[in-house]
Amino acid sequence: MRTSSVLSPRRWVIYSLLSLAALFFLLPFYVMLVTAFKTMPEIYSTGILALPSSLNWYAWVHAWSAATIGAASSGIHGYFLNSFILVIPAVVISTAIGAFNGYVLTHWRFRGSNVFFYMLLLGTIIPFQIVLLPMAWVEGRLGIAGTLVPGLMLVHVIYGLAFTTLFFRNYYVGIPHDLVKAARVDGAGFFSIFFRIMLPVSTPIIMVTAIWQFTMIWNNFLFGVVFTQGGQQPVTVAINDLVDTVTSVHMWNVDMAAAIFAALPTLLVYLIAGKYFVRGLTAGAVKG
Amino acid sequence: MPFTKAEFSGRDRLMAKIVLSPTILAAIFFIYGFILWTIWLSLTRSTILPSNHFVGLANYYDLFGSSRWWRSLSNLGIFGGLYVLISLSLGLGLAILLDQRIKGERLYQVVFLYPMALSAVVTGVAWRWLLDPGFGLQAIVRSMGFPHFAFAWIDDPDMAIYTVVIAAVWQTTGFMMAIFLAGLRGVSSDIVKAAQIDGASHARIYLRVILPSLAPTFFVALVLSVGLAIKSFGLIIALTGGGPGYSTNVPSIFMYVFSFQRGEMGVGAASALMMLVIMMIFALPFLYLDSRRQA
Repeated sequence: MRTSSVLSPRRWVIYSLLSLAALFFLLPFYVMLVTAFKTMPEIYSTGILALPSSLNWYAWVHAWSAATIGAASSGIHGYFLNSFILVIPAVVISTAIGAFNGYVLTHWRFRGSNVFFYMLLLGTIIPFQIVLLPMAWVEGRLGIAGTLVPGLMLVHVIYGLAFTTLFFRNYYVGIPHDLVKAARVDGAGFFSIFFRIMLPVSTPIIMVTAIWQFTMIWNNFLFGVVFTQGGQQPVTVAINDLVDTVTSVHMWNVDMAAAIFAALPTLLVYLIAGKYFVRGLTAGAVKG
Repeated sequence: MPFTKAEFSGRDRLMAKIVLSPTILAAIFFIYGFILWTIWLSLTRSTILPSNHFVGLANYYDLFGSSRWWRSLSNLGIFGGLYVLISLSLGLGLAILLDQRIKGERLYQVVFLYPMALSAVVTGVAWRWLLDPGFGLQAIVRSMGFPHFAFAWIDDPDMAIYTVVIAAVWQTTGFMMAIFLAGLRGVSSDIVKAAQIDGASHARIYLRVILPSLAPTFFVALVLSVGLAIKSFGLIIALTGGGPGYSTNVPSIFMYVFSFQRGEMGVGAASALMMLVIMMIFALPFLYLDSRRQA
C-alpha cells in the first residue's frame, strides 16, 4: 500500500479497471436517457449511443399522460400516484411495528421471545411464491382482492415485518440495558421508555428501515401483478404492461421515459441518502 | 441483560407481550400457516379455485412430467450458476480494487450500486432495449464497420437465458461489492501489518491472509445471490417475458403462469414448494452456521 501521489503503473491499471466498470454500470441509464429525448425517426436514423439532436419532450409527456396501458390511454401518472398511495402507509406502518417489536425483543424479552425471533427470520428468506395462493384466497374472503389499499398494502406490511423487526432488533440490542433500568427506577413505563429513551436515538435505524421498505415496496413487481388489477396497479406493473402492449410501432422513446419516471423516486432517495440504503443492504450480512 | 422477572412490573410485562403478539400471530398464520396451506393445495385437485379433493402426489407427477418445468429448472441452474459466479467474482474484484485507497471511492461506489435502487422491471426494460438486435449493441458494433457482427441472443431460444444473466449481473454486482467491501474493512489491520512485517507481497497478503478471513462474507454473499436468483421474476418478465416460447422460463415464472393464468393451482402450489425447497437447501447450512456463531 503505497502513499506516493505519483500514478504508478499499478495504480493506473486499478483506476482504468474501475473506470471501465463505471462505464458498464452507467451505460444502460445513459442509453435510456438519450432515447427518451429522441423522436422515433431519430431513433431509426441514429445509433442508440448518439446524443439527441435536441431535447425533445414528446416521449416524456406521452408516457406521463397519454400512453396506452391496459384499456386506458392516460399514461402512467395514475399508476405512479398509486405507488405513492401504496408505499407511504405501508412504510410507516411496517416501520412503526418493527420498532416496537425490536424494542420488545431486546429490552423486554420473555420466555419464547428469542425463539419467535428466529422463527420470524424465515420470513426474510422464503421465496414469496410459497404464500401467494393462500394470500389470494384470504384477500378474496376479506373482500379486498385486487385493491391497492388496503389489499396490496396489507401484503407488503405483513411480509415486510420480518425485515423491519430484524433491523430494529439488531440496532436496539446495542443500546445499554442500564439506560432502560435507570428509567424504570425513575418510574417510567413500557411506552415512556420507548418514546423518551429509544426513539430519540433511533433516527439512523428509522432511516435505514424506511428507505429499505420504500425501495423494496416501490420496486416490487410480484405482489403487484398478483394482487392488483386494472387501475389499481402500482407503477412497476404498469411499466411492464406499457412495454408489452403491442401497437403498430414500438415506441422505444416512450418506454424509456416511462421507465425513468418509475425509477426516479427510488433513485433520488438513493442519491440523497445512499449510505442508509447501503447499510440496509449489508445489515445482517456483516456483523458489527 | 434483559429484565429479570422481579424487575418487571406485571403491567409492563403484559404490555410487551401485547405489543409483540400481532406480529407473532401474523408470522404463525401468514408464513408458517401459509406454507402448510400451500403444501396442502399441492396435494389437492385445485384448479382455478381451491379444492379439498385429495389427490396425493398427482400434481407432482404432472409437474415433473412437464418439459416446461424441467426447462424452468435447468434455466434456473444455468442462470443461477452463472449469475452467482460472475456477480460474486466481479463484486469481490471491485471491492478489492476499491480497497486500495482510491481517490473518489465514494463516487465509484455510488455508480456501482445505483442499479440496486432500480426496479427489476426497469432493469429489464433497459436491457431489452440495449440487447435489441435492430437497435442495440449488435447495431452499434455493425455500424462501427463490422456488418456481419451477430449478437441477437435475446431472440434466440438457445441463448436468451444468457441475456438474463447479463441484466442480473448488471443490477446486483454492486450489492456483492458492498458486502465484500464491508468484509474487507472488517479484516483486522493487525494481522495485515504482521504479514507486511514478515515481508509478504501485496498479492500474497490478499491471497493468504485477507481472503481466507473473508470466508463468512463469501458464504453470506453466496446465500444472498442464490436467493436473488431463485426469486428473480420481474427482471425476466420485463426482459424476455419468459420467451422466446418458454425458453427463459424459470420456476418463479412457471409458478405464476400455472397458478394465475392457466388455472392449475395444484401444480402451481407444487412448483412453489419446490422453490422453497431449493432455497432452503442453500439457506439452512447458513442459518445453522450463523446460529452457532451467535451462540
